[in-house]
Amino acid sequence: MSGVAYLELFRLAVPETILVVTVLAVLGADLVALRGLELSFRRTIAALISCAGCAGAIAWLLLAQPQGSFAEGMLVADSLTRVVKLALLALTILTALISVNTDFTPHAGEYFALLLLATLGMMFLVSTEDILMIFISLELTSLSLYVLTAFAKQRADSAEAAMKYFLFGGMAAAFTLFGLSLLYGLSGSTDLSRVADALRGPRLDPLLVLAMVMTLVGFGFKVAAVPFHLWAPDAYQGAPAPSAALIASGSKVAGFVVLAKVVTVGLSGAQGSAAWQACAPGWVPVLALMAAASMLLGNLAAIVQSSVRRLLAYSAVAHAGYMLLGVLGHGGQSLAALVYYVITYGLTTLGAFGVIAVVQGRTGGDNLSNLAGLSRRAPLLALCMLIFMLSLAGIPPLPGFVGKFYIFAALLNAGPQSMGLLWLVILAVGMSAVSLYYYLLVLKQVYVAEPQDGTAALPVPALSQVVLVLLALAVVGLGCAPDVLISRLLAAVNFAGL
Amino acid sequence: MLAWTIYISLIGVGVLMALPRGKPGAARAVALLAALGGFTCALAGAATLDPGRLSTVTRLRWIPSLGIEYHLAADGISLTLVLLTGIATIAGILFSWNVEHRAKEFFAFYLLLIAGVYGVFLSFDVFLLFVFYELAIIPKYFLIAIWGSTRKEYGAMKLALYSFVGSAMVLVGLVAAYVLAGAKTMSLLELARYPFPESFQMWAFPLVFIGFAVLAGLWPFHTWAPTGHVAAPTAASMLLAGVVMKLGAYGCLRVAMTLFPHGLDPWGFSLLGFGSWRDVLSLLAVVGIVYGGLVALVQRDFKFVIGYSSVSHMGFVLLGLLTLNTVGVSGAVLQMFSHGVIAGLLFAVVGRMVYDRTHTRELGKLELMNLNRAMPFAAVTFIIAGMASMGLPGFSGFWAELQVLVGAWQAFPTFAVLAGFGILVGAAYILRAVQKAFFAEPEEESVGAVPNGHGPLALPPITVPERLGAFLLIGCTLAIGLYPRLLLHLIIPGLGSPLFEWLAKGGTP
Repeated sequence: MSGVAYLELFRLAVPETILVVTVLAVLGADLVALRGLELSFRRTIAALISCAGCAGAIAWLLLAQPQGSFAEGMLVADSLTRVVKLALLALTILTALISVNTDFTPHAGEYFALLLLATLGMMFLVSTEDILMIFISLELTSLSLYVLTAFAKQRADSAEAAMKYFLFGGMAAAFTLFGLSLLYGLSGSTDLSRVADALRGPRLDPLLVLAMVMTLVGFGFKVAAVPFHLWAPDAYQGAPAPSAALIASGSKVAGFVVLAKVVTVGLSGAQGSAAWQACAPGWVPVLALMAAASMLLGNLAAIVQSSVRRLLAYSAVAHAGYMLLGVLGHGGQSLAALVYYVITYGLTTLGAFGVIAVVQGRTGGDNLSNLAGLSRRAPLLALCMLIFMLSLAGIPPLPGFVGKFYIFAALLNAGPQSMGLLWLVILAVGMSAVSLYYYLLVLKQVYVAEPQDGTAALPVPALSQVVLVLLALAVVGLGCAPDVLISRLLAAVNFAGL
Repeated sequence: MLAWTIYISLIGVGVLMALPRGKPGAARAVALLAALGGFTCALAGAATLDPGRLSTVTRLRWIPSLGIEYHLAADGISLTLVLLTGIATIAGILFSWNVEHRAKEFFAFYLLLIAGVYGVFLSFDVFLLFVFYELAIIPKYFLIAIWGSTRKEYGAMKLALYSFVGSAMVLVGLVAAYVLAGAKTMSLLELARYPFPESFQMWAFPLVFIGFAVLAGLWPFHTWAPTGHVAAPTAASMLLAGVVMKLGAYGCLRVAMTLFPHGLDPWGFSLLGFGSWRDVLSLLAVVGIVYGGLVALVQRDFKFVIGYSSVSHMGFVLLGLLTLNTVGVSGAVLQMFSHGVIAGLLFAVVGRMVYDRTHTRELGKLELMNLNRAMPFAAVTFIIAGMASMGLPGFSGFWAELQVLVGAWQAFPTFAVLAGFGILVGAAYILRAVQKAFFAEPEEESVGAVPNGHGPLALPPITVPERLGAFLLIGCTLAIGLYPRLLLHLIIPGLGSPLFEWLAKGGTP
């Protein structure tokens, strides 16, 4: 075993290496040099270092454009992983910037280090086609996120949320590991494409069915699809706002990309069908059921929420349902549609959490009534919220609509039988009509309701304001000119041969 | 040139957002300027473009990966409705001259709505049309929920959800059509040429048609209309009835009937006496005409009378479309214009002239106020609008409803008779409203209920913008009533384009 090409490995993993160095730099600077200084200063420095590290990784990805595969898919770099990694890094930078103006913890260095570690896990997650690596990076992401959820140590609900998240996550990880080990046992390989080759057969092995379901349970947890969504409302509500934003945006992007890879590459022989009156066993019907249940339950449960964060959590469950439709299409177009949808969704939901973070910081709560009269207390913030909510509701020309349209069209266009999936599209479109109701409830507070404690202007930290306006501009831009992203994604997907 | 109708409105939105707060005068001026600019562009377009041909204004590749284009174009039908939008916009702003509360936001939402409406009428890419169509929903919600009256939040939410459910139905049909045609184009012209399988058209047509018709007030999906109109502030109800309901009817004609003409063919079997979607839908249209009229006849709230009358008049539009002959369909388009102007005028009298001054719309209370003497201008305006609404000769409503009836007589005589009955009911509820609101003789003992029992009620006088708005709308309905060729020379050549091939074949059930 002397043939390990470390140089090749390093060449592919430069962005990740930059992040690891940044983690150490953040920790070192905070623990060694800044110990006694004021907390807000420490946060600013830590955020600056984090952003610089992420920016460095972005620059490397853009300039060097690494391509290649290390050790049979252990680490893959192609144009698709590049786009996704760029999105993840951008989301992390924005999350870090939102975190600067929050004061839930005295441990600034550790917080930003964990933020970067979670991102590191996500980056590995999307750039591997190896079962073992998938599991390891999944754990790296999840463990960092559990801690991030619990970071507001003085608040009981933060600890409770983290506990729930951790217990559910631990169970789900056990399922995933069991499922993946069965896949390995059945195929004798940890490489996804070899797994697929070994499993391709005329009929489904019962053991394979078990392995498939177990694996999907784990990923269903990661992306918060019904019935594995129970952690989401508590985590979204209890976690510090920036942590919740990362769980809702970055973690979702990575989770969906890896899920799509696992099922389309690793389980490509066991699709089955969920077409109306023509069902066949495989992973498609399983995911179709999860998607239908997520859209139904997420949208209906969101209606009755009074906390905006819980509302966003259930809306995230519903969006997981729409995104699963993108996984179901299992073709190049569907994958491009899915990645477009998750990236724009990540930006949108990050923005929504950013607004909530500001409002909660100033008014002390995240209830719908805390938003009352926001349009007169902070007009720019209200306008950002308007854009985010309408995009989530799928109002054109915002990306929520373009993404849905693209996902539906790609799903129906995926193969000769796929018109049979029209029932899912009808359900999805119908449920998005339901969703308009609760998004309008939020906007009603923002624009219609009278402010509760006077019309005094709400002081918005300048940095948060800038970040939110940037996010809103990005959302509007990606909606009005979606081809900027879509054409790149399509080229990347075609290049990767998916 | 025509594309600037959209851009000017959007620029208006931008300028309004940049204005400082608390300057309602400046906001009004900006809004009026934008509206005048939009109308000028519309007029210039109508004067220069050939109505018989599809004139492309702008055609850009918007999302090449999905084959979606930014294609703005116009034919005679679009031009008619763009003109209507221009007129209704100006009138709406003139009649909301008294908005002081959050004025700049009011006009910003107003112009955003208008931009969406112009966009729908000019889009010849179905995706783009849908984008503009949905863009118009959200401002409506805010206009009603913030500046409305009676049960405004309920009315606003109901309207938004009805519109969105309707557009969800449309979206399902359009996505399926897009995929069936190869997922390469959303261009209306290309899709209209694609031979969709008949079995597909049979379910896609009713889905898309009804989806659009929800916004056109098709019975029994009309219930958003009266509550929405009543809750809305004056300008918004004028626009809702005047223009937004036309979006639905326009969608039925431009998208549903153009893309899926075979959906109108007979099923090949008969169910409860119905042999095709055309039978079912035209029955619903006729029920809407009669039902809307009868319900308007018993309303106690002045604005509900007008709200239900809109349902009734929009029934004529839908009935006209389903006749599938040139007389009927051109009548339907003319009726869209005519109703847009007349309903705007009626809502202006009720909402702005009467309600903003008396603070009541209950006919029972208005009866006591002797309004014909307190507000002679409002009374005269309402009578003129009422006559136009009844369809008296000399007003635009006459030609429109006559054409629809003639067309319906050729296609389905029974329905034509029922629709004729609807016109009679229309005369009845208008006369009742005129009598109750303006000319009731207060009984002796109830005179004391009037704040100052002697002489006519002292109310603020009718302002100049109101007069201008009223003259504008009355002028339009009279002009078309006296010389209908003014619009028919836009509409009829427009219907001759290849997009409406089914018209030539239609007419026989």
